[in-house]
Amino acid sequence: MEMCQMRVQVFEYKQSLFREGTLDAQFTQLQQLQDESNPDFVAEVVSLFFEDSEKILNDLTRALEQKCIDFKKIDAHVHQLKGSSSSVGAQKVKNACITFRNCGEEQNIEGCFTCLQLVKQEYLLVKTKLETLLRMEQQILAAGGAIPMIE
Amino acid sequence: MSMPSCSVSWNSGDGVSWNSGDAVSDQFPVGLRVLVVDDDPTCLMILEKMLRNCLYQVTKCNRAEIALSLLRERKNGFDIVLSDVHMPDMDGFKLLEHVGLEMDLPVITDDSKNVVMKGVTHGACDYLIKPVRIEALRNIWQHVVRKRKDAWKDFEQSDIIEDGERKQKPSEDTDFSSSANEGNCRNLKRQKEEEDEEEEDRDDTSTLKKPRVVWSVELHQQFVAAVNQLGIDKAVPKKILDLMNVPGLSRENVASHLQLLHNGNNHLWSTHNCSNLVQKYRLYLKRLSAVSPHHSGLNNPFVDSISSLNGLDLQALAATGQLPAQSIATLQAAAALGRPSTKSGISIPFIDQRNLFSFETPRLRFGEGPKPQSSNNNKQINLLHGIPTTMEPKQLANLHQSQPRPQILMNAQAMSNGSQNSSLVTQISQPQSRPLILNDANGNHLSSGIRSGGFARNGEVDKNVGAAVYNRVCQPSSMVDFSISHKTDFQGNSFPLGNNSGVSSITSKGVLQEEVNLEMKGSRGFTPSYDIFNELHQQRSHDWELGNVGPTFDASRRGNRQGNINVPPSILVQQQRFSSCQNGVVNRNTSIGNSPNLGQLRDTLLMNNPQIVKAEKLPQASFQNTHLRVMISVLSSKFRDVIDRSFQMEDTTSWYAKRHTWRVLTASVGDSGYELEIISLVRLSSSSRTLEFGYCYEEPISSDC
Repeated sequence: MEMCQMRVQVFEYKQSLFREGTLDAQFTQLQQLQDESNPDFVAEVVSLFFEDSEKILNDLTRALEQKCIDFKKIDAHVHQLKGSSSSVGAQKVKNACITFRNCGEEQNIEGCFTCLQLVKQEYLLVKTKLETLLRMEQQILAAGGAIPMIE
Repeated sequence: MSMPSCSVSWNSGDGVSWNSGDAVSDQFPVGLRVLVVDDDPTCLMILEKMLRNCLYQVTKCNRAEIALSLLRERKNGFDIVLSDVHMPDMDGFKLLEHVGLEMDLPVITDDSKNVVMKGVTHGACDYLIKPVRIEALRNIWQHVVRKRKDAWKDFEQSDIIEDGERKQKPSEDTDFSSSANEGNCRNLKRQKEEEDEEEEDRDDTSTLKKPRVVWSVELHQQFVAAVNQLGIDKAVPKKILDLMNVPGLSRENVASHLQLLHNGNNHLWSTHNCSNLVQKYRLYLKRLSAVSPHHSGLNNPFVDSISSLNGLDLQALAATGQLPAQSIATLQAAAALGRPSTKSGISIPFIDQRNLFSFETPRLRFGEGPKPQSSNNNKQINLLHGIPTTMEPKQLANLHQSQPRPQILMNAQAMSNGSQNSSLVTQISQPQSRPLILNDANGNHLSSGIRSGGFARNGEVDKNVGAAVYNRVCQPSSMVDFSISHKTDFQGNSFPLGNNSGVSSITSKGVLQEEVNLEMKGSRGFTPSYDIFNELHQQRSHDWELGNVGPTFDASRRGNRQGNINVPPSILVQQQRFSSCQNGVVNRNTSIGNSPNLGQLRDTLLMNNPQIVKAEKLPQASFQNTHLRVMISVLSSKFRDVIDRSFQMEDTTSWYAKRHTWRVLTASVGDSGYELEIISLVRLSSSSRTLEFGYCYEEPISSDC
């Protein structure tokens, strides 16, 4: 019952995340990769993602604060962030990165600033949500249940 | 999917995965040793996990330098490498280059087309787009299998390079044209199909009796690097070989490859060549005219012909009708091809020599039509051959022209048929002023006298491609002019055969090009047999508009070719080949037909062209058939090893010229009827973007001068 509820909760939460586009199918893939041999796989990947992203975001902030903005470097950073966010399934972050890249290509400084803000925002959002989700799933696992998957 | 048989080899020594004995283990090779390189830790981890799930043995590193050293340490320690392209310390592409062909290197990249393309051109055998899905990873083993299979096969055949590269690089870069060696331009889309092609290639390879070296892009790059390092002057095969350090590569391979490189740079005709050719041609014509009195105005076929070459005016020829069935229209008639009526002398030299004409077959090639006209055709055919296409590389490029070639051939045939000719002509002319092409662009190297190895470049471009000798003879200027003017006139296409530089004696081997071109254009509606060409054509795009590509034969047959095919008479002539070889040519097709592509084409042509077939049976030349047969057999044996892979446009394997990789398109029998002259050859350019035509010929029968 409690387990059931928990699972339903998690299930619905996940569904909402997918529906709103925060997460995409790639996340499901990640979850499918998780198995007994690697029970914390998703959690590990996600925390890696957070670390990495924060680092990149800091680099980006610094890069944009420069007097002479190195757009190439910015592009490289954004590209990487885009890659990692798409790998974990953080769709909104990825989309924000795409927009950011376009601004960078146009060398639109104002646009870049805006995009950076957007990316940061999305990132924080997905971070919070993922943390919540993972916490919930951990609870289920700890209680001996199985994580509900979204097909 | 079932486990490939060779997967077993992978597992040797990598016991780890083997023992997992999961249900999935029989789905794909277990224990594949993968090296993953990505600077993004998130991605790296995900990939690693995915690969582990695929039961591969994974090693990960986040820096390309580390990856390289790992690879170098354990030469055979990995089966496949997955590398990201955007990495801070080293560009993923550089890694690709360093790794070279040593192993498969599917490239992970984001979905940026340029990147993917670049990856492919640099030697990646596949690309994966982020985010990477496990399904994609499951399939990477196929690359390894394929590669190994190729390697084994190659080794068995004592081939050196495997076709693995084939998968790679379709590249749409335009730079390809610059280096002949790049080759492998393939559409990106084909990447997915690469595998299929590889299979095909391999099959082809295995069917080849002769082991050959497939100059893959990587190999070529190595070659180029070695040459550059040595300096073009000092680049001797031995040194290059040492520098390249490719196991299994022999000095000869390098030498011939080098030759291609050199030859490719020679595509411009020198005036000297041209004048020589012209001279020879003239002599030839003279000889012909002496022989065949019918030909009025034959005397200077070239001189005038060029003008009206545009489409062979078959009808005109027919009108001239002078051509005795027996007489063989001299190809040279190119000039003569011009309309007989109007031609300013397009007299198609008829070659009485039985040889020439007796081989109506040559006409056949062109899809000759009815016999009586055949004589005309012959003439025309001859003309075609005669048409020296002074193709200069540029011209070639313009070739859409190349197209005309085929037409010409056809025209030749058509000419005889009168109607056909026109059709042919039309066809030819269709393509934009193709007629010109014949002369020049076509690159048909119909050029006269080019001695063996002249290869005309097909319009496309690449000049380089090692085309051997572009000797097309050329009188480029003259030729070109004519062709242009002729554009659509089929009439009397006076092929500037003469112009083409004395194509006369030279069997316009180059003609083939035209043929090919025509075929390329295939779109024209030519027989499907020219699929190959069509394919090529398509790929090539417009340049080839041969439209008539349809085998020249068809042209005649088709008669309906719409079009303005003004087959520059020259082309026709050339095709026709001065020497009666037409039979040979025709036959050649059949015989040559070995190569699936060309051969098929030809065969198809022959088959499709009733006329041609008919021509063969023409009793006109009593010994035609015999000679023809002789020729065919000679051709087959001689050129058995000619690879017709030139038409595998889709193939990423670049074709570096090697003599024997030229496919004989047409051949003719010498005047005496016994010697075999190869008229034209064709092959896929090293860039795999164009067909290159080359020709070779024997010395003209005699120089009367």
